[in-house]
Amino acid sequence: MLTWPRPWRLPDARYFQIAALATLLAVNVAIIDFGARPAASLIAVATALLTQAVGCRLSGVPFDAKSPLITGLSLSLLLRADALWLHAAAALIAIGSKFVLRVDGKHVFNPAGFAIVVLLFTTRGVWISPGQWGAEIWFATLAGLFAILVLSASHRVDIAIYFFASHAALLLLRAAWLGDPIAIPLHQLQSGSLLIFTFFMISDPRTTPDSRVGRLLFAVTVAVAAHYLAFVLQMRPALYVALIALSPLTHVLDRLVPAARFSWRPSVPKGVST
Amino acid sequence: MTLRIDKIFRTCVATAAILAHAAVVPANAFCGFYVAQADAKLFNKSSKVVLARDGEQTSITMASDFEGDVKEFAVVVPVPTFIERKQIGVVEPKTIDHLDSYTAPRLVEYHDEDPCHPIMYRMAPGAPMPSAVARGEASLSRQYGVTIEASYDVAEYDVLILSAQESDGLTRWLTDNDYRIPQGAEAVLGSYIRQGMRFFVAKVNVERMKAVGNGTLRPLQVRYQSAKFMVPLRLGTVNAAGPQDLIIYALTRSGRIEAANYRTVKIPTDIDVPLYVKNEFGPFYKAVFERAVARENMQAVFVEYAWDMGWCDPCAADPMSNKELAELGARWIGSSDDTAFSAVRRGGGSDAFVTRLHVRYDAKTFPEDIVFTETRDRSNFQGRYVQHHPWRGEAKCDAARSYQDRLTARFAKEATDLAALTGWPRSEIVAKMAQSGEGELK
Repeated sequence: MLTWPRPWRLPDARYFQIAALATLLAVNVAIIDFGARPAASLIAVATALLTQAVGCRLSGVPFDAKSPLITGLSLSLLLRADALWLHAAAALIAIGSKFVLRVDGKHVFNPAGFAIVVLLFTTRGVWISPGQWGAEIWFATLAGLFAILVLSASHRVDIAIYFFASHAALLLLRAAWLGDPIAIPLHQLQSGSLLIFTFFMISDPRTTPDSRVGRLLFAVTVAVAAHYLAFVLQMRPALYVALIALSPLTHVLDRLVPAARFSWRPSVPKGVST
Repeated sequence: MTLRIDKIFRTCVATAAILAHAAVVPANAFCGFYVAQADAKLFNKSSKVVLARDGEQTSITMASDFEGDVKEFAVVVPVPTFIERKQIGVVEPKTIDHLDSYTAPRLVEYHDEDPCHPIMYRMAPGAPMPSAVARGEASLSRQYGVTIEASYDVAEYDVLILSAQESDGLTRWLTDNDYRIPQGAEAVLGSYIRQGMRFFVAKVNVERMKAVGNGTLRPLQVRYQSAKFMVPLRLGTVNAAGPQDLIIYALTRSGRIEAANYRTVKIPTDIDVPLYVKNEFGPFYKAVFERAVARENMQAVFVEYAWDMGWCDPCAADPMSNKELAELGARWIGSSDDTAFSAVRRGGGSDAFVTRLHVRYDAKTFPEDIVFTETRDRSNFQGRYVQHHPWRGEAKCDAARSYQDRLTARFAKEATDLAALTGWPRSEIVAKMAQSGEGELK
């Protein structure tokens, strides 16, 4: 049988992302105290896949496991709960929000971030554990995720750099204003949750503005809001709350600065892309 | 349900969780007989802080190991809000000591049974602040840019609440008023000033101390409402000679607390140790802690105890009374009588959870103050080390002979584990074990 030679191209960046998240989760389960639990992770991932399958069926789009896997793994890494059903609820809310909360054929909120914020504000049984990463794991993760970013440069994930840079700049400015040593902002940057947030949530191409200018504006706005929530209101989940509260802004930015819509697939003719 | 006793050892922690409804479990319960503890006195240059937190209502009680002339004693603590007289008190040192012993890492023991006659065990079903007149005087000291927002007589202390505009003025004010401020503290004070914090400063009033007739300095307690949930470490790290230890005892309603900006790590636990460790449990735990600190590059906060206050297993001290818990700031428990705290709430457990965190820090490894987050995790954890007394009867059956073979392997494993845990030379451990009759080592 004759096959046409195809030019070599990199696989979908989400494969790298899934590999990175799965590695982080394995490290988390194996060596981090008070970290992720296997049963909870399994439930989160399974519920995410199941919800995606049901959602695809109902909306008539082909099923793709990559996106719900990323959401399930992110939730496993970031969210802690005192009951297993809350992990299922988190995955259900996350993936459900993708199918239900949509404007102009584009979902409004990053799924995992949305579920975390909803559960933190509506139930008493969940918390986040942002301090549980050592410096070594942090640097290794930063390197790995940055590599993925470079590999998938075509995929509009410049927002990760915009956000990380503006967040770091704000921390450095605050330290300069307070007269604090540089060790303090550097230590504040060494948060595992910050990396997951930067590389998987705010940079989720499906919920970021379509134009480059829009993404830059959005990243800076989220960084400023998170800074206010964290340091003035002393809110621990400041990053997630800032992102979710400001997500509707992406649609305003898309209207103001229109650009081509992102899709994970090279061409999705119509219907709901996931 | 019946269980062989060796299984009981392994299921101790799981069983403990099932027993959450029982008020206070006697000392001979599933987790072994209590033998010894490693309290905070082991560690030089250590301070103790009790945090009690209910929503944003926070109480912080500070006990230092100050030794010397009381006239030279002074504390400067940044606080997030203005503090009224009724928000300040002193606490009896013995109340903190009680909480310290109650939560201390513990050594427990079991006696091996006669292998020829194994015993079957049946599992039981789950079982006022001293008054002082507030003067409330507020004066402005333009020269320093420091405002004395209030001044209070609190038992043996003179307390001032200060706010400041500039760190150099505050530093000069503190120095001129005989508060010993280390070189280099100005930058740290400046940071707190910019963060809008006030300063709670206290000195000893020698006359009143004599009148109170109390030779010791009692821990000071400050209560306030604030979203900030942290302990200010930074002033103490300026110019400090080497690392310091801080033990934090947190009383909360919902569950364990953890550091939000540093790693929280469990201290190694549930490890079998040789019998001779009983006589040197203090040095043993110190070595365990130091090795754990080194392993984490002195960048982690260690959990030594996290448990529902309603019960313990084994109890390293008598249960705390309602009065003691209320004195330490857990006023939400709704009672302050002398009876043992045991309030049972719907769904199991009590309304008070204690977390004991131990941190060794210096300015380099802990550059910023520790910020805490309260979790909903009510899983119980304790630093617990176990010794098994071998059965010394005559081997009259096959089971006894195989038991003796297993003993030799057990001794060898205990020696290896102890060496790994403490860094002590294995040969020394083996020699000491032989002296205490655990000598059949290969």
